[in-house]
Amino acid sequence: MAEKDKYTVVEAPEGYSAPGFFVTTLDKAVGLARKNSLWPLPFATSCCGIEFMATMGAHYDLGRFGAERLSFSPRQADLLMVMGTIAKKMAPVVQQVYEQMAEPRWVIAIGACASSGGVFDTYSVLQGIDKVVPVDVYVPGCPPRPEQIIDGFMKIQELVGNETLRRRYSTEYKEMLESYGIKIDR
Amino acid sequence: MGARGLNIERMKTINSEHHLDLTQQDEKVYSTLNLGPTHPATHGIFQNVLTMNGETIVGAEQTIGYIHRAFEKIAERRPYYQITTLTDRLNYCSSPINNIGWHLAVEKLLGVETNKRVDYMRIIVMELARIADHLVCNSVIGVDSGALTGFVYVFQEREAIYEIFEEICGARLTTNLGRVGGFDRDFSPIAIQKIKALLKRLPKILHEFENLLMRNRIFMDRTINVGGISAERALSYSFTGPNLRAAGIDYDVRVQEPYSSYNDFDFIVPVGENGDIYDRFCVRETEMWESMKLITNALNNLPEGKFNTEVPDFFMPPKEDVYSKMESLISQFKMVMGEIDIPQKEIYSAVEAGNGELGFYVVADGGRSPYRLHFRRPGFIYYQAFPEIITGASLSDAILTMSSMNVIAGELDA
Amino acid sequence: MENSILLQALKDKLGKSILSVDETSDVLTVTVDSEAISTIIAFLKEKQDFIFLTDLCGIHYPEQEKELGIIYHLHNLVKNKRIRLKTFVTKANPKIQSIVSLFSGANWMERETFDFYGVEFVGHPNLVRILNVEYMDYHPMRKEYPLEDATRLDKDDSFFGR
Repeated sequence: MAEKDKYTVVEAPEGYSAPGFFVTTLDKAVGLARKNSLWPLPFATSCCGIEFMATMGAHYDLGRFGAERLSFSPRQADLLMVMGTIAKKMAPVVQQVYEQMAEPRWVIAIGACASSGGVFDTYSVLQGIDKVVPVDVYVPGCPPRPEQIIDGFMKIQELVGNETLRRRYSTEYKEMLESYGIKIDR
Repeated sequence: MGARGLNIERMKTINSEHHLDLTQQDEKVYSTLNLGPTHPATHGIFQNVLTMNGETIVGAEQTIGYIHRAFEKIAERRPYYQITTLTDRLNYCSSPINNIGWHLAVEKLLGVETNKRVDYMRIIVMELARIADHLVCNSVIGVDSGALTGFVYVFQEREAIYEIFEEICGARLTTNLGRVGGFDRDFSPIAIQKIKALLKRLPKILHEFENLLMRNRIFMDRTINVGGISAERALSYSFTGPNLRAAGIDYDVRVQEPYSSYNDFDFIVPVGENGDIYDRFCVRETEMWESMKLITNALNNLPEGKFNTEVPDFFMPPKEDVYSKMESLISQFKMVMGEIDIPQKEIYSAVEAGNGELGFYVVADGGRSPYRLHFRRPGFIYYQAFPEIITGASLSDAILTMSSMNVIAGELDA
Repeated sequence: MENSILLQALKDKLGKSILSVDETSDVLTVTVDSEAISTIIAFLKEKQDFIFLTDLCGIHYPEQEKELGIIYHLHNLVKNKRIRLKTFVTKANPKIQSIVSLFSGANWMERETFDFYGVEFVGHPNLVRILNVEYMDYHPMRKEYPLEDATRLDKDDSFFGR
């Protein structure tokens, strides 16, 4: 009908439904809840941080995607958004902040400098934060437009929605964290 | 100098040793608080380790360099027209001013005079960037004192300024705007229409923002007589820009050493009294109104002419000519390979950036890159005074002082 | 203020320390002996009203005998006059008097020059590295050191023509 065509309804995950109940796997339900309520930690260091401020502003509004509550405390954050150049002086700080985050945690590298060192191939700049923390999504750009940042955020949402509950306990994940030198508590 | 209460004699004998001696005090009373390097209040990454006696700050130790990108070393490897991209990233809230400042420095080196149209176009762009910078700084002072609304409303206007920059040069934030000698294209009619629309809308928004904060009892109690610095100490610390003008000295590079035809225009340089946070806020607000007047005057009196000056060694020929004409191909090759005539001299050129006097000290040796390029960054220089300003204040005052001084990490570390 | 008046006053006071004068540059440039720098700056500040230190930076000329240079830009705000003072020291003994007691703003500027060039400022309250990491053991802006990171393993220099 004409009324219904105006709205896009998000599809429910695969499951079995009947009047009064809906059954799906726990993975999918938890993924759906998590992906629409990610709490980001804005680790803004330079120019990309200003584009992030524009993304959080009223025009581009990252809050629509559930990321309204920015958490500056790593203990309470889900998503580490590293925006801007990371110098070698700052690299241990990034790793320390990542270690303090509780599982499940994701990392998005926004901007060319965070992804690979960017324009600055110098003695003092870390050539990409994936030398110190495992990164899930890279957003290129110098600085990336807010639309690109939102696109990267939506890719994170896709990853979050499709993650199995056992991934963080698997041996491959532990080995990957050890390869970065990140201490695991359990 | 005309500053109220400036004591010239004290200026000449002022001693700078600011040394904190805690040995005779009972050290159990003091606690250490680490503010940074990542902290919601530090807009940028720099660390302050505060020694506190309860809520009062007794001393501060600063560490910067967390975003040191070695601009000066990179500049020794890049041709003159590629250094513009580095200057973008100094004070990234107002990149066009840095870009145009660099182009003015190269023009001074080469001895090039730009025509009036280029000058007026540059004034329009620089004042738009200055408005953008002051909008961020003032709204962030509001955010740090708890007033988040102003920030959200004011950022809409920053989006409008971004759209104008996009029309002019293609990029929003790190603009890499213009060329040595002018611009690469004229202002399109859409750009002029957008500037006029912004000039019509901005007064109302600025009035709304000022009504929110300027006569607000809470804001005034938090900012008047807080974070102040005297004019003598500010001059000793080589302050420039709104921070110095808030302390009472009316030093503005646009008036002292006019560049880009600023002397054709009449504008006020606002000056404060106490150098405290409220004065800095008001000085920046007034500068925004003055910038709007400058843009209106420049736009109404924009003379006819070309949008760039003849600096053949720096303007790449149009691509269709490079692919079809021999002279253009040779000219492009010579430019890229660096076989152009650059005199061997050293210059110092300064512009009034958003934060103060942004200086470029260039030593040219005739090659395609400068032998030495030093950026005189205002943020780096006035941030040294921070421990002296906050000693004796409470932690919340220190947070507000830091944001009112408008310390941008890119400019601090370069 | 005419250049000649200023130069005459400088020569009267400290004639032997002035090594050369360059009036063709955009700003009056005076090269002085490194021993006398703080006397000259104090004279300019107290007697000639140059109360504003605009900038302090370093420079490296490897082919000269005195390789490391320190360049001061002073500004007389009332008469709107700038002056550039240059002085040179050797790499073996890169010591020069600090001017932090005259201008508080010189504190970090001298630290930056020390960090980049290794010039040691005698009398500075806290001469440690400011922008680079503390454990760095060389002074990167000197001409013999490369721009790129020499310890990188993932970049093959033969592809870049180096």
